[in-house]
Amino acid sequence: MEQYYFHSVTLDKIKCKGCTNCIKYCPTEAIRVRNGKAVIIKERCIDCGVCIRICPYHAKKAVTDPLDSIKNFSYKIALPAPTLYGQFGPGFSRERIVLALKRFGFDYVFEVARAAEIVTNATKSFMSNEEIKKPVISSACPAVVRFIQIRFPNLIDNLLRIESPMEVAAALSRQEVNEKYGIPLEEIGVFFISPCAAKVTSVKAPYENRVSNVDGVLSIKDIFLPLLDIMKKQGKITTEPFSLSSAIGVSWAMTGGESSAFKDGRRIAVHGIHNVNDILEEAVKGNLDSIDFIEALACPEGCLGGPLVVENPFIAKVNLNNEIEKIKMNQAHSVPQKHKDVKELEWKSTVEYRPILKLDDDMMKALEKMNMIDQITESFPGLDCGACGAPSCRALAEDIVRENAKETDCIFKLREKVNSIAHQLHQIDTTGSMNDDNQ
Amino acid sequence: MASVVVRDYIIPANDFTIAGEASSNVRKILSQLGVAPNIVKRTSIAMYEAEINAVIHGNGGRAHVEIDENKIVITISDQGPGIEDLELAMQEGYSTAPDSIREMGFGAGMGLSNMKKNSDILDIKTAVNEGTTVMITVFFK
Repeated sequence: MEQYYFHSVTLDKIKCKGCTNCIKYCPTEAIRVRNGKAVIIKERCIDCGVCIRICPYHAKKAVTDPLDSIKNFSYKIALPAPTLYGQFGPGFSRERIVLALKRFGFDYVFEVARAAEIVTNATKSFMSNEEIKKPVISSACPAVVRFIQIRFPNLIDNLLRIESPMEVAAALSRQEVNEKYGIPLEEIGVFFISPCAAKVTSVKAPYENRVSNVDGVLSIKDIFLPLLDIMKKQGKITTEPFSLSSAIGVSWAMTGGESSAFKDGRRIAVHGIHNVNDILEEAVKGNLDSIDFIEALACPEGCLGGPLVVENPFIAKVNLNNEIEKIKMNQAHSVPQKHKDVKELEWKSTVEYRPILKLDDDMMKALEKMNMIDQITESFPGLDCGACGAPSCRALAEDIVRENAKETDCIFKLREKVNSIAHQLHQIDTTGSMNDDNQ
Repeated sequence: MASVVVRDYIIPANDFTIAGEASSNVRKILSQLGVAPNIVKRTSIAMYEAEINAVIHGNGGRAHVEIDENKIVITISDQGPGIEDLELAMQEGYSTAPDSIREMGFGAGMGLSNMKKNSDILDIKTAVNEGTTVMITVFFK
Protein backbone atom coordinates (compact mmCIF):
# COMPACT_ATOMS: atom_id res chain seq x y z
CA MET A 1 0.00 0.00 0.00
CA GLU A 2 1.47 3.35 -1.02
CA GLN A 3 1.76 5.60 1.95
CA TYR A 4 2.69 9.22 1.64
CA TYR A 5 4.53 9.98 4.84
CA PHE A 6 4.91 13.74 4.72
CA HIS A 7 5.32 15.13 8.20
CA SER A 8 5.42 18.72 9.24
CA VAL A 9 7.37 17.83 12.37
CA THR A 10 11.02 17.42 11.38
CA LEU A 11 14.51 17.53 12.80
CA ASP A 12 17.22 20.12 12.27
CA LYS A 13 20.18 17.73 12.39
CA ILE A 14 22.70 20.48 12.96
CA LYS A 15 21.06 21.62 16.19
CA CYS A 16 20.36 18.10 17.48
CA LYS A 17 22.78 17.01 20.20
CA GLY A 18 21.41 13.48 20.56
CA CYS A 19 20.44 14.25 24.17
CA THR A 20 17.50 11.73 24.29
CA ASN A 21 15.02 14.11 25.96
CA CYS A 22 12.49 13.80 23.15
CA ILE A 23 12.41 9.99 22.95
CA LYS A 24 10.72 9.66 26.34
CA TYR A 25 7.90 12.14 25.71
CA CYS A 26 6.74 10.97 22.32
CA PRO A 27 3.25 9.46 22.80
CA THR A 28 3.74 6.85 20.08
CA GLU A 29 7.42 6.09 20.82
CA ALA A 30 8.22 7.37 17.32
CA ILE A 31 11.68 8.77 18.07
CA ARG A 32 15.03 7.03 18.40
CA VAL A 33 18.52 8.41 18.75
CA ARG A 34 20.91 6.72 16.33
CA ASN A 35 24.52 7.73 15.69
CA GLY A 36 24.09 10.70 17.98
CA LYS A 37 21.07 12.20 16.19
CA ALA A 38 17.34 11.90 16.69
CA VAL A 39 15.43 9.99 14.04
CA ILE A 40 11.64 10.11 13.66
CA ILE A 41 9.91 6.87 12.64
CA LYS A 42 7.54 8.23 10.03
CA GLU A 43 4.79 5.64 10.32
CA ARG A 44 4.41 6.33 14.02
CA CYS A 45 4.60 10.13 14.08
CA ILE A 46 1.29 11.89 14.60
CA ASP A 47 2.69 15.47 14.35
CA CYS A 48 1.53 16.32 17.85
CA GLY A 49 4.54 18.58 18.41
CA VAL A 50 5.40 17.41 21.94
CA CYS A 51 9.01 16.92 20.83
CA ILE A 52 9.11 20.47 19.46
CA ARG A 53 8.12 21.79 22.87
CA ILE A 54 10.49 19.54 24.80
CA CYS A 55 13.70 19.88 22.79
CA PRO A 56 16.15 22.01 24.79
CA TYR A 57 18.17 22.82 21.67
CA HIS A 58 15.20 23.78 19.49
CA ALA A 59 16.25 21.14 17.03
CA LYS A 60 12.70 19.96 16.39
CA LYS A 61 10.56 22.18 14.25
CA ALA A 62 7.47 22.30 12.09
CA VAL A 63 7.72 22.76 8.35
CA THR A 64 5.17 25.22 7.01
CA ASP A 65 4.77 27.08 3.74
CA PRO A 66 6.93 30.20 3.37
CA LEU A 67 5.10 33.54 3.42
CA ASP A 68 6.15 34.13 -0.20
CA SER A 69 4.18 31.13 -1.38
CA ILE A 70 1.01 33.25 -1.45
CA LYS A 71 2.46 34.92 -4.55
CA ASN A 72 1.78 31.74 -6.51
CA PHE A 73 -1.85 32.77 -6.78
CA SER A 74 -3.34 35.92 -8.24
CA TYR A 75 -6.21 36.01 -5.73
CA LYS A 76 -5.24 35.25 -2.15
CA ILE A 77 -7.58 34.29 0.70
CA ALA A 78 -6.43 34.25 4.33
CA LEU A 79 -8.05 31.91 6.87
CA PRO A 80 -6.86 33.12 10.26
CA ALA A 81 -7.22 30.58 13.06
CA PRO A 82 -8.89 32.23 16.08
CA THR A 83 -5.64 31.58 17.96
CA LEU A 84 -4.19 34.49 15.97
CA TYR A 85 -6.44 36.96 17.80
CA GLY A 86 -4.80 36.09 21.12
CA GLN A 87 -1.23 36.71 20.02
CA PHE A 88 -1.04 40.50 20.04
CA GLY A 89 -2.39 41.95 23.27
CA PRO A 90 -4.90 44.63 24.26
CA GLY A 91 -5.54 47.26 21.63
CA PHE A 92 -5.09 44.78 18.82
CA SER A 93 -8.67 43.92 18.00
CA ARG A 94 -9.83 41.32 15.52
CA GLU A 95 -10.72 44.13 13.14
CA ARG A 96 -7.23 45.54 13.30
CA ILE A 97 -5.69 42.14 12.67
CA VAL A 98 -7.99 41.40 9.72
CA LEU A 99 -7.16 44.78 8.14
CA ALA A 100 -3.47 44.08 8.63
CA LEU A 101 -3.86 40.77 6.81
CA LYS A 102 -5.28 42.67 3.86
CA ARG A 103 -2.38 45.12 3.99
CA PHE A 104 -0.01 42.17 4.08
CA GLY A 105 -1.20 41.04 0.69
CA PHE A 106 -4.37 39.03 1.09
CA ASP A 107 -7.35 39.98 -1.07
CA TYR A 108 -9.94 38.38 1.19
CA VAL A 109 -10.10 37.24 4.78
CA PHE A 110 -12.49 34.53 5.96
CA GLU A 111 -12.33 34.05 9.72
CA VAL A 112 -12.05 30.39 10.68
CA ALA A 113 -14.06 31.26 13.79
CA ARG A 114 -17.07 31.79 11.50
CA ALA A 115 -16.65 28.31 10.12
CA ALA A 116 -16.27 26.98 13.66
CA GLU A 117 -19.74 28.29 14.45
CA ILE A 118 -21.13 26.53 11.39
CA VAL A 119 -19.46 23.28 12.46
CA THR A 120 -20.85 23.72 15.99
CA ASN A 121 -24.38 24.05 14.61
CA ALA A 122 -23.92 21.01 12.39
CA THR A 123 -22.54 19.06 15.35
CA LYS A 124 -25.55 19.93 17.51
CA SER A 125 -27.75 18.67 14.72
CA PHE A 126 -25.68 15.49 14.44
CA MET A 127 -25.74 14.88 18.22
CA SER A 128 -29.51 15.22 18.42
CA ASN A 129 -29.74 11.91 16.59
CA GLU A 130 -30.46 9.25 19.22
CA GLU A 131 -28.65 6.51 17.34
CA ILE A 132 -25.12 7.87 17.29
CA LYS A 133 -22.36 6.06 19.10
CA LYS A 134 -21.41 7.79 22.34
CA PRO A 135 -19.15 9.30 23.51
CA VAL A 136 -18.70 11.35 20.34
CA ILE A 137 -15.05 12.37 19.96
CA SER A 138 -14.23 15.64 18.23
CA SER A 139 -12.14 15.28 15.08
CA ALA A 140 -10.91 18.88 15.06
CA CYS A 141 -7.40 18.02 16.29
CA PRO A 142 -5.62 16.09 13.50
CA ALA A 143 -2.98 14.78 15.93
CA VAL A 144 -5.70 13.18 18.04
CA VAL A 145 -7.35 11.63 14.98
CA ARG A 146 -4.03 10.09 13.93
CA PHE A 147 -3.43 8.95 17.49
CA ILE A 148 -6.76 7.15 17.45
CA GLN A 149 -5.99 5.56 14.06
CA ILE A 150 -2.82 4.04 15.51
CA ARG A 151 -3.57 3.36 19.17
CA PHE A 152 -7.35 3.27 19.58
CA PRO A 153 -8.89 1.87 16.39
CA ASN A 154 -12.00 0.84 18.31
CA LEU A 155 -12.78 4.52 18.79
CA ILE A 156 -12.66 5.38 15.08
CA ASP A 157 -16.43 4.94 14.88
CA ASN A 158 -16.85 7.46 17.73
CA LEU A 159 -15.13 10.23 15.79
CA LEU A 160 -17.32 13.17 14.80
CA ARG A 161 -17.52 12.76 11.03
CA ILE A 162 -17.80 16.43 10.23
CA GLU A 163 -15.19 18.48 8.35
CA SER A 164 -12.93 20.71 10.43
CA PRO A 165 -13.53 24.48 10.58
CA MET A 166 -10.38 25.01 8.50
CA GLU A 167 -11.69 22.86 5.63
CA VAL A 168 -15.19 24.36 5.86
CA ALA A 169 -13.72 27.88 5.80
CA ALA A 170 -11.62 27.02 2.77
CA ALA A 171 -14.55 25.59 0.80
CA LEU A 172 -16.92 28.43 1.72
CA SER A 173 -14.49 31.25 1.07
CA ARG A 174 -13.48 29.90 -2.30
CA GLN A 175 -17.12 29.59 -3.26
CA GLU A 176 -17.98 33.05 -1.91
CA VAL A 177 -15.17 34.75 -3.83
CA ASN A 178 -15.96 32.90 -7.03
CA GLU A 179 -19.67 33.75 -6.82
CA LYS A 180 -19.40 37.33 -5.57
CA TYR A 181 -16.42 38.53 -7.59
CA GLY A 182 -16.30 36.08 -10.46
CA ILE A 183 -12.69 35.06 -9.81
CA PRO A 184 -11.95 31.72 -11.51
CA LEU A 185 -11.43 28.93 -9.01
CA GLU A 186 -7.90 28.00 -10.22
CA GLU A 187 -6.64 31.50 -9.58
CA ILE A 188 -7.67 31.48 -5.93
CA GLY A 189 -5.10 30.51 -3.32
CA VAL A 190 -6.48 29.68 0.12
CA PHE A 191 -4.04 29.90 3.03
CA PHE A 192 -4.60 28.82 6.62
CA ILE A 193 -2.73 30.83 9.27
CA SER A 194 -1.89 28.17 11.78
CA PRO A 195 -0.75 27.55 15.36
CA CYS A 196 -0.45 23.88 14.51
CA ALA A 197 1.95 21.49 12.79
CA ALA A 198 -0.61 18.71 12.49
CA LYS A 199 -2.81 20.96 10.36
CA VAL A 200 0.03 21.34 7.86
CA THR A 201 0.24 17.57 7.57
CA SER A 202 -3.55 17.29 7.22
CA VAL A 203 -3.34 19.60 4.19
CA LYS A 204 -0.32 18.03 2.50
CA ALA A 205 -1.04 14.39 3.40
CA PRO A 206 -4.76 14.24 4.20
CA TYR A 207 -6.58 11.26 5.67
CA GLU A 208 -7.47 8.43 3.33
CA ASN A 209 -9.28 9.30 0.09
CA ARG A 210 -9.32 13.01 0.65
CA VAL A 211 -8.08 16.17 -0.93
CA SER A 212 -7.75 19.27 1.17
CA ASN A 213 -9.58 22.48 0.22
CA VAL A 214 -6.57 24.46 1.45
CA ASP A 215 -3.62 25.43 -0.77
CA GLY A 216 -1.04 26.30 1.86
CA VAL A 217 -0.43 26.73 5.57
CA LEU A 218 1.46 29.70 7.00
CA SER A 219 2.68 29.62 10.58
CA ILE A 220 1.66 32.25 13.11
CA LYS A 221 5.34 32.46 14.05
CA ASP A 222 6.27 33.63 10.56
CA ILE A 223 3.49 36.14 10.05
CA PHE A 224 3.49 37.66 13.53
CA LEU A 225 6.20 40.30 13.10
CA PRO A 226 5.10 41.45 9.64
CA LEU A 227 1.53 41.86 10.93
CA LEU A 228 2.68 43.68 14.08
CA ASP A 229 4.77 46.00 11.95
CA ILE A 230 1.82 46.79 9.69
CA MET A 231 -0.48 47.41 12.65
CA LYS A 232 1.98 49.75 14.32
CA LYS A 233 2.31 51.73 11.11
CA GLN A 234 -1.45 51.70 10.57
CA GLY A 235 -2.05 53.12 14.03
CA LYS A 236 -5.31 52.64 15.84
CA ILE A 237 -8.26 52.27 13.56
CA THR A 238 -11.68 53.71 14.07
CA THR A 239 -14.14 51.48 12.42
CA GLU A 240 -17.36 49.80 13.26
CA PRO A 241 -16.72 46.26 14.38
CA PHE A 242 -17.06 44.22 11.21
CA SER A 243 -15.67 40.93 12.37
CA LEU A 244 -18.17 38.18 11.78
CA SER A 245 -16.77 35.67 14.21
CA SER A 246 -18.97 34.54 17.06
CA ALA A 247 -18.08 34.04 20.71
CA ILE A 248 -18.33 30.28 20.29
CA GLY A 249 -16.22 30.32 17.13
CA VAL A 250 -13.42 32.33 18.71
CA SER A 251 -13.45 30.18 21.85
CA TRP A 252 -12.54 27.08 19.83
CA ALA A 253 -8.92 28.21 20.20
CA MET A 254 -9.09 27.37 23.90
CA THR A 255 -9.71 24.05 25.62
CA GLY A 256 -13.39 23.82 26.43
CA GLY A 257 -14.43 26.21 23.67
CA GLU A 258 -15.72 23.66 21.21
CA SER A 259 -17.56 21.65 23.84
CA SER A 260 -19.07 24.71 25.57
CA ALA A 261 -21.68 24.73 22.83
CA PHE A 262 -23.25 21.59 24.24
CA LYS A 263 -24.46 23.05 27.50
CA ASP A 264 -27.09 20.41 28.10
CA GLY A 265 -24.86 17.44 27.60
CA ARG A 266 -22.22 15.65 29.62
CA ARG A 267 -18.97 16.74 28.04
CA ILE A 268 -15.28 16.36 28.73
CA ALA A 269 -12.61 18.77 27.47
CA VAL A 270 -9.08 17.43 27.75
CA HIS A 271 -5.76 18.82 26.57
CA GLY A 272 -2.20 17.50 26.39
CA ILE A 273 -1.63 14.31 24.41
CA HIS A 274 -0.81 12.24 27.50
CA ASN A 275 -4.06 13.31 29.18
CA VAL A 276 -5.87 12.53 25.95
CA ASN A 277 -4.30 9.06 26.09
CA ASP A 278 -5.65 8.50 29.62
CA ILE A 279 -9.15 9.62 28.70
CA LEU A 280 -9.21 7.45 25.57
CA GLU A 281 -8.07 4.46 27.65
CA GLU A 282 -11.14 5.00 29.84
CA ALA A 283 -13.34 5.35 26.76
CA VAL A 284 -12.08 2.07 25.32
CA LYS A 285 -12.84 0.26 28.60
CA GLY A 286 -16.40 1.48 28.33
CA ASN A 287 -16.19 3.74 31.40
CA LEU A 288 -17.29 6.84 29.50
CA ASP A 289 -20.52 5.57 27.98
CA SER A 290 -22.52 8.17 29.91
CA ILE A 291 -20.50 10.98 28.33
CA ASP A 292 -21.97 12.68 25.25
CA PHE A 293 -18.99 14.56 23.85
CA ILE A 294 -15.22 14.52 24.25
CA GLU A 295 -13.18 17.49 23.08
CA ALA A 296 -9.61 16.21 22.89
CA LEU A 297 -6.71 18.49 22.03
CA ALA A 298 -3.07 17.42 21.79
CA CYS A 299 -1.62 20.75 22.97
CA PRO A 300 -1.67 22.16 26.51
CA GLU A 301 -4.36 24.90 26.67
CA GLY A 302 -5.64 23.74 23.29
CA CYS A 303 -4.65 25.45 20.04
CA LEU A 304 -3.37 28.45 22.01
CA GLY A 305 -0.57 26.13 23.11
CA GLY A 306 0.30 24.93 19.61
CA PRO A 307 3.95 24.64 18.51
CA LEU A 308 3.67 27.59 16.11
CA VAL A 309 2.35 30.28 18.45
CA VAL A 310 4.24 33.31 19.63
CA GLU A 311 2.46 34.34 22.81
CA ASN A 312 2.39 32.40 26.07
CA PRO A 313 -0.92 30.49 26.02
CA PHE A 314 -2.07 31.79 29.42
CA ILE A 315 -1.59 35.37 28.27
CA ALA A 316 -3.17 34.61 24.92
CA LYS A 317 -6.21 33.31 26.83
CA VAL A 318 -6.65 36.69 28.49
CA ASN A 319 -6.45 38.43 25.11
CA LEU A 320 -8.91 36.04 23.60
CA ASN A 321 -11.41 36.31 26.45
CA ASN A 322 -11.23 40.06 25.97
CA GLU A 323 -12.26 39.68 22.36
CA ILE A 324 -15.03 37.28 23.33
CA GLU A 325 -16.43 39.83 25.80
CA LYS A 326 -16.47 42.42 23.05
CA ILE A 327 -18.38 40.06 20.79
CA LYS A 328 -20.96 39.41 23.48
CA MET A 329 -21.41 43.13 24.03
CA ASN A 330 -21.85 43.82 20.36
CA GLN A 331 -24.51 41.22 19.73
CA ALA A 332 -26.35 43.66 17.51
CA HIS A 333 -23.54 43.52 14.97
CA SER A 334 -23.09 39.81 14.86
CA VAL A 335 -24.63 38.04 11.95
CA PRO A 336 -25.67 34.49 12.69
CA GLN A 337 -24.09 32.09 10.25
CA LYS A 338 -26.21 30.41 7.62
CA HIS A 339 -26.97 26.93 8.83
CA LYS A 340 -25.45 24.34 6.61
CA ASP A 341 -27.04 20.99 6.22
CA VAL A 342 -25.12 18.38 8.20
CA LYS A 343 -24.99 16.22 5.10
CA GLU A 344 -22.93 18.84 3.27
CA LEU A 345 -20.31 18.91 5.98
CA GLU A 346 -20.08 15.21 6.73
CA TRP A 347 -17.01 13.17 5.93
CA LYS A 348 -17.38 11.28 2.70
CA SER A 349 -15.37 8.35 4.02
CA THR A 350 -14.03 7.24 7.36
CA VAL A 351 -10.44 7.09 8.54
CA GLU A 352 -8.71 3.75 8.62
CA TYR A 353 -6.98 1.70 11.28
CA ARG A 354 -3.22 2.01 10.89
CA PRO A 355 -1.79 -1.18 12.41
CA ILE A 356 1.81 0.01 12.45
CA LEU A 357 2.38 -1.49 15.89
CA LYS A 358 1.84 -5.00 14.52
CA LEU A 359 4.90 -7.25 14.81
CA ASP A 360 4.12 -9.46 11.83
CA ASP A 361 1.28 -10.24 9.44
CA ASP A 362 1.65 -13.92 10.28
CA MET A 363 0.24 -14.65 13.73
CA MET A 364 2.67 -17.51 14.43
CA LYS A 365 5.64 -15.31 13.65
CA ALA A 366 4.15 -12.47 15.69
CA LEU A 367 3.85 -14.79 18.72
CA GLU A 368 7.46 -15.92 18.32
CA LYS A 369 8.64 -12.35 18.01
CA MET A 370 6.74 -11.37 21.14
CA ASN A 371 8.43 -14.18 23.07
CA MET A 372 11.80 -13.04 21.76
CA ILE A 373 11.04 -9.49 22.88
CA ASP A 374 10.16 -10.84 26.34
CA GLN A 375 13.41 -12.80 26.54
CA ILE A 376 15.61 -9.95 25.39
CA THR A 377 13.87 -7.49 27.72
CA GLU A 378 14.56 -9.84 30.65
CA SER A 379 18.27 -9.70 29.90
CA PHE A 380 18.36 -5.89 30.08
CA PRO A 381 18.81 -4.04 33.40
CA GLY A 382 15.34 -2.43 33.17
CA LEU A 383 16.49 1.14 33.83
CA ASP A 384 14.83 2.63 30.73
CA CYS A 385 17.79 4.99 30.72
CA GLY A 386 17.53 5.90 27.03
CA ALA A 387 21.28 5.66 26.42
CA CYS A 388 20.65 3.17 23.63
CA GLY A 389 18.45 5.73 21.93
CA ALA A 390 15.19 3.89 22.58
CA PRO A 391 12.62 5.10 25.13
CA SER A 392 12.67 1.93 27.22
CA CYS A 393 14.42 -1.41 27.56
CA ARG A 394 11.40 -3.11 26.06
CA ALA A 395 11.39 -0.68 23.13
CA LEU A 396 15.02 -1.58 22.39
CA ALA A 397 14.13 -5.28 22.57
CA GLU A 398 11.36 -4.63 20.05
CA ASP A 399 13.75 -2.69 17.80
CA ILE A 400 16.17 -5.62 17.92
CA VAL A 401 13.46 -8.09 16.96
CA ARG A 402 12.37 -5.75 14.14
CA GLU A 403 16.04 -5.75 13.09
CA ASN A 404 16.50 -2.03 13.62
CA ALA A 405 19.02 -2.26 16.47
CA LYS A 406 21.48 -4.63 18.12
CA GLU A 407 21.95 -5.88 21.67
CA THR A 408 25.18 -4.00 22.24
CA ASP A 409 23.38 -0.71 21.64
CA CYS A 410 22.62 -1.18 25.32
CA ILE A 411 25.69 0.14 27.09
CA PHE A 412 25.19 -2.26 30.00
CA LYS A 413 25.24 -5.21 27.64
CA LEU A 414 28.29 -3.76 25.93
CA ARG A 415 30.00 -3.38 29.29
CA GLU A 416 29.17 -7.00 30.18
CA LYS A 417 30.71 -8.17 26.91
CA VAL A 418 33.80 -6.05 27.35
CA ASN A 419 34.26 -7.35 30.92
CA SER A 420 33.89 -10.89 29.68
CA ILE A 421 36.48 -10.37 26.94
CA ALA A 422 38.83 -8.66 29.42
CA HIS A 423 38.44 -11.60 31.78
CA GLN A 424 39.23 -14.09 29.02
CA LEU A 425 42.32 -12.11 28.02
CA HIS A 426 43.44 -12.09 31.65
CA GLN A 427 42.99 -15.85 31.82
CA ILE A 428 45.16 -16.33 28.75
CA ASP A 429 47.81 -14.07 30.17
CA THR A 430 48.03 -15.56 33.66
CA THR A 431 47.21 -19.22 33.23
CA GLY A 432 48.05 -19.66 29.58
CA SER A 433 44.66 -21.24 29.27
CA MET A 434 41.67 -19.95 27.41
CA ASN A 435 39.30 -21.73 29.79
CA ASP A 436 37.32 -19.94 32.36
CA ASP A 437 37.91 -22.32 35.27
CA ASN A 438 39.95 -21.00 38.19
CA GLN A 439 42.26 -23.82 38.98
CA MET B 1 10.78 -20.87 20.12
CA ALA B 2 7.29 -21.47 21.46
CA SER B 3 4.32 -20.01 19.67
CA VAL B 4 2.40 -19.28 22.82
CA VAL B 5 2.62 -16.03 24.75
CA VAL B 6 1.96 -16.35 28.46
CA ARG B 7 1.32 -13.60 30.98
CA ASP B 8 0.57 -13.67 34.69
CA TYR B 9 -0.87 -10.72 36.57
CA ILE B 10 -1.71 -10.04 40.19
CA ILE B 11 -5.03 -8.33 40.71
CA PRO B 12 -4.90 -6.25 43.87
CA ALA B 13 -7.82 -6.20 46.27
CA ASN B 14 -9.90 -3.04 46.40
CA ASP B 15 -7.44 -0.86 44.48
CA PHE B 16 -9.55 0.87 41.84
CA THR B 17 -6.83 3.13 40.55
CA ILE B 18 -4.95 0.27 39.01
CA ALA B 19 -7.86 -2.05 38.40
CA GLY B 20 -7.98 -2.63 34.70
CA GLU B 21 -4.21 -2.52 34.17
CA ALA B 22 -4.03 -6.19 33.31
CA SER B 23 -6.73 -5.99 30.63
CA SER B 24 -5.11 -2.79 29.29
CA ASN B 25 -1.82 -4.63 28.99
CA VAL B 26 -3.45 -7.57 27.22
CA ARG B 27 -5.11 -5.14 24.81
CA LYS B 28 -1.71 -3.75 23.80
CA ILE B 29 -0.28 -7.25 23.34
CA LEU B 30 -3.16 -8.32 21.12
CA SER B 31 -2.73 -5.17 18.97
CA GLN B 32 0.95 -5.94 18.55
CA LEU B 33 0.05 -9.48 17.52
CA GLY B 34 -2.22 -8.08 14.81
CA VAL B 35 -5.53 -9.31 16.20
CA ALA B 36 -8.51 -7.51 14.61
CA PRO B 37 -9.70 -4.47 16.59
CA ASN B 38 -13.22 -5.77 17.19
CA ILE B 39 -11.86 -8.99 18.71
CA VAL B 40 -9.41 -7.00 20.82
CA LYS B 41 -12.39 -5.01 22.06
CA ARG B 42 -14.42 -8.10 23.02
CA THR B 43 -11.48 -9.64 24.83
CA SER B 44 -10.66 -6.53 26.77
CA ILE B 45 -14.28 -6.01 27.85
CA ALA B 46 -14.64 -9.61 29.02
CA MET B 47 -11.32 -9.55 30.83
CA TYR B 48 -11.96 -6.15 32.38
CA GLU B 49 -15.28 -7.34 33.84
CA ALA B 50 -13.59 -10.37 35.35
CA GLU B 51 -10.78 -8.22 36.72
CA ILE B 52 -13.19 -5.78 38.35
CA ASN B 53 -15.17 -8.64 39.88
CA ALA B 54 -12.00 -9.98 41.45
CA VAL B 55 -11.33 -6.51 42.89
CA ILE B 56 -14.85 -5.79 44.13
CA HIS B 57 -16.01 -9.19 45.28
CA GLY B 58 -13.06 -11.54 45.29
CA ASN B 59 -10.65 -9.63 47.51
CA GLY B 60 -8.09 -9.62 44.74
CA GLY B 61 -6.77 -12.52 42.70
CA ARG B 62 -4.59 -13.67 39.83
CA ALA B 63 -4.92 -13.59 36.09
CA HIS B 64 -3.25 -16.14 33.83
CA VAL B 65 -3.32 -15.45 30.10
CA GLU B 66 -2.31 -17.76 27.26
CA ILE B 67 -2.31 -16.63 23.64
CA ASP B 68 -1.73 -18.93 20.69
CA GLU B 69 -2.37 -18.46 17.00
CA ASN B 70 -6.07 -19.27 17.27
CA LYS B 71 -7.28 -17.96 20.58
CA ILE B 72 -6.69 -16.30 23.88
CA VAL B 73 -7.57 -18.03 27.15
CA ILE B 74 -7.84 -15.90 30.28
CA THR B 75 -8.15 -17.51 33.68
CA ILE B 76 -8.93 -15.22 36.59
CA SER B 77 -9.13 -16.77 40.02
CA ASP B 78 -9.68 -15.46 43.51
CA GLN B 79 -9.93 -16.84 47.04
CA GLY B 80 -12.96 -14.74 47.86
CA PRO B 81 -16.43 -15.64 49.15
CA GLY B 82 -17.55 -17.45 45.98
CA ILE B 83 -20.89 -17.01 44.20
CA GLU B 84 -23.84 -18.47 46.05
CA ASP B 85 -26.33 -18.59 43.17
CA LEU B 86 -24.59 -18.50 39.80
CA GLU B 87 -27.76 -18.38 37.72
CA LEU B 88 -29.00 -15.36 39.68
CA ALA B 89 -25.63 -13.66 39.41
CA MET B 90 -25.68 -14.02 35.61
CA GLN B 91 -28.92 -12.01 35.40
CA GLU B 92 -28.54 -8.47 34.15
CA GLY B 93 -28.98 -5.93 36.91
CA TYR B 94 -28.48 -8.36 39.79
CA SER B 95 -25.62 -7.26 42.02
CA THR B 96 -24.29 -8.08 45.45
CA ALA B 97 -21.94 -5.12 45.47
CA PRO B 98 -21.95 -3.07 48.70
CA ASP B 99 -23.16 0.56 48.62
CA SER B 100 -19.65 1.97 48.81
CA ILE B 101 -18.86 0.27 45.50
CA ARG B 102 -22.06 1.41 43.83
CA GLU B 103 -21.32 4.98 44.84
CA MET B 104 -18.16 4.76 42.77
CA GLY B 105 -20.14 3.79 39.71
CA PHE B 106 -19.40 0.08 39.78
CA GLY B 107 -21.67 -2.80 40.75
CA ALA B 108 -24.41 -2.21 38.20
CA GLY B 109 -24.95 -5.95 37.91
CA MET B 110 -23.91 -6.18 34.25
CA GLY B 111 -20.47 -7.73 34.71
CA LEU B 112 -21.18 -11.41 34.23
CA SER B 113 -23.62 -10.90 31.37
CA ASN B 114 -21.16 -8.57 29.62
CA MET B 115 -18.51 -11.22 30.10
CA LYS B 116 -20.74 -13.84 28.54
CA LYS B 117 -21.67 -11.61 25.58
CA ASN B 118 -18.05 -10.87 24.81
CA SER B 119 -16.50 -14.30 25.13
CA ASP B 120 -16.82 -17.36 22.92
CA ILE B 121 -16.53 -19.80 25.82
CA LEU B 122 -17.14 -18.83 29.45
CA ASP B 123 -16.49 -21.31 32.22
CA ILE B 124 -17.12 -20.40 35.85
CA LYS B 125 -16.19 -22.59 38.80
CA THR B 126 -17.25 -21.34 42.19
CA ALA B 127 -18.28 -22.49 45.63
CA VAL B 128 -19.23 -20.59 48.77
CA ASN B 129 -16.11 -19.73 50.82
CA GLU B 130 -13.91 -21.48 48.31
CA GLY B 131 -13.33 -18.69 45.80
CA THR B 132 -14.16 -18.28 42.12
CA THR B 133 -12.32 -19.14 38.92
CA VAL B 134 -13.47 -17.66 35.62
CA MET B 135 -12.09 -18.98 32.32
CA ILE B 136 -12.71 -16.82 29.22
CA THR B 137 -11.88 -18.03 25.71
CA VAL B 138 -12.02 -15.76 22.66
CA PHE B 139 -11.21 -17.04 19.17
CA PHE B 140 -9.42 -14.85 16.69
CA LYS B 141 -11.40 -15.84 13.61
